[in-house]
Amino acid sequence: MNLFRTALFLAKKDLYSELKTKQILTTQIIFAGLVIVVFSFAFDPANNTTKAVIPGVIWVIIVFAGILGLNRSFISEQRNDTMQGLLVAPMESASIYLGKFLANFTMMLIVELVSIPFLFLLFDFKFLGSLPYFILVVFLGSFGFIAIGTFLAALAANSKSSEMLLPLLLFPITTPILIGVVQATRIILTNMEKLASAIAWIQLVTAYDVIFFVVCFLLIDYVLEV
Amino acid sequence: MIEIKKLSKQADNKFILRGIDLRVNKGETVAVLGPNGAGKSTLLKVLATLIKPTAGHVLMNGLDLRKNHIEIKKVIGYLPHSSLLYDHYSPLENLVFFGNIYGVNNVEQRAVNLVKEVGLSFFLNEPVKNFSRGMIQRIAIARAIIHEPEVLLLDEPHTGLDQGAISILNNVILSMKEKGTTTLMVTHDFKQAAEICDRIIIVKNGKIVDDFRIETRNQGFVSEKYELQVEGVS
Repeated sequence: MNLFRTALFLAKKDLYSELKTKQILTTQIIFAGLVIVVFSFAFDPANNTTKAVIPGVIWVIIVFAGILGLNRSFISEQRNDTMQGLLVAPMESASIYLGKFLANFTMMLIVELVSIPFLFLLFDFKFLGSLPYFILVVFLGSFGFIAIGTFLAALAANSKSSEMLLPLLLFPITTPILIGVVQATRIILTNMEKLASAIAWIQLVTAYDVIFFVVCFLLIDYVLEV
Repeated sequence: MIEIKKLSKQADNKFILRGIDLRVNKGETVAVLGPNGAGKSTLLKVLATLIKPTAGHVLMNGLDLRKNHIEIKKVIGYLPHSSLLYDHYSPLENLVFFGNIYGVNNVEQRAVNLVKEVGLSFFLNEPVKNFSRGMIQRIAIARAIIHEPEVLLLDEPHTGLDQGAISILNNVILSMKEKGTTTLMVTHDFKQAAEICDRIIIVKNGKIVDDFRIETRNQGFVSEKYELQVEGVS
């Protein structure tokens, strides 16, 4: 119980910090906006083939905006050695991981909430698929990506070139999630007749999410050691 | 209260601590002196559970550091070189956050009282990033004692403080001592060590080379003992 309580305090602290400094979320939203505008210039919204690009654009936004946030997540704790303050406090390392995960995930959801409707608007996209399935896919994909990303951000934070190291570590490990969610998003948005196939992708991503979340949870103790 | 048995710490084939044996009783205020690189801060980091020892045992309140680290962390207050404070947070926000993590009851009132105690109540809601080094150190002290720890681990707490701040820090340490807090303080300031400590430990090359009590508060006596032990070490 203490594990969740301290994790919530930590997540609240990170989100309140973000509210004060507006460093991460603003950068993420500006990045997402730029991607959408650039893609809307590159592909003609009137053309039907453009619709096929949308699932890819959604995940380009989530992946790259997510990395912007993940990079800062643990590096911000190096100033004044505040990470030491957390490590000497009576909380498990898993609690620190959970707190950071919750904060990163919340910020990611906010970016998605702002950018995806904006993307649909700019591409003049008529949503004909299943909204609950679409929300489920975005949720599961973001969950897995942020769960693994938070763990690797903790690992990379001790390196001098952490901003380069994080994407290098993150992309190979999250590739199965990204393949799964892009495929599932494509089916849900453009071809609902193949829903069974989308459900199979969702099941794969869910299994991957659960396994990696538990593994990260168990291994974080070794990563956060000073 | 604190019992250290054959404590060693090795890093990159180099022994930083070499079989430290030490017993500190409840309520004692102990200064740890020694030249740079002697292993003083490492000893404090091991006690604060930040570093795992290579060999040996540490018992605190009879609890093994390896097995009961969460229980032990609850009774430790640690103040290293860095402030461990969030820059964009005010003193109140910093103290409330750490107080919540430690499960302090009535944390806001406790935080306000502590900020008042360290003489910064006027700056209660100012972001810490605007503070001077001395002011930051005062808040850092308040952070270390927010949960009324039974063991206080201080790493060169007097560094960079003006006379007013030194006197506030000493008062905090002495008032904690009256409440029964055990303090281990790494310092290079012999004057402060002689003034507030009951006992001095001299560490050299990862070993305790001298361990004595000071009854007379005589700085000259401490300097004499120190020079005798660390002569030839820069």
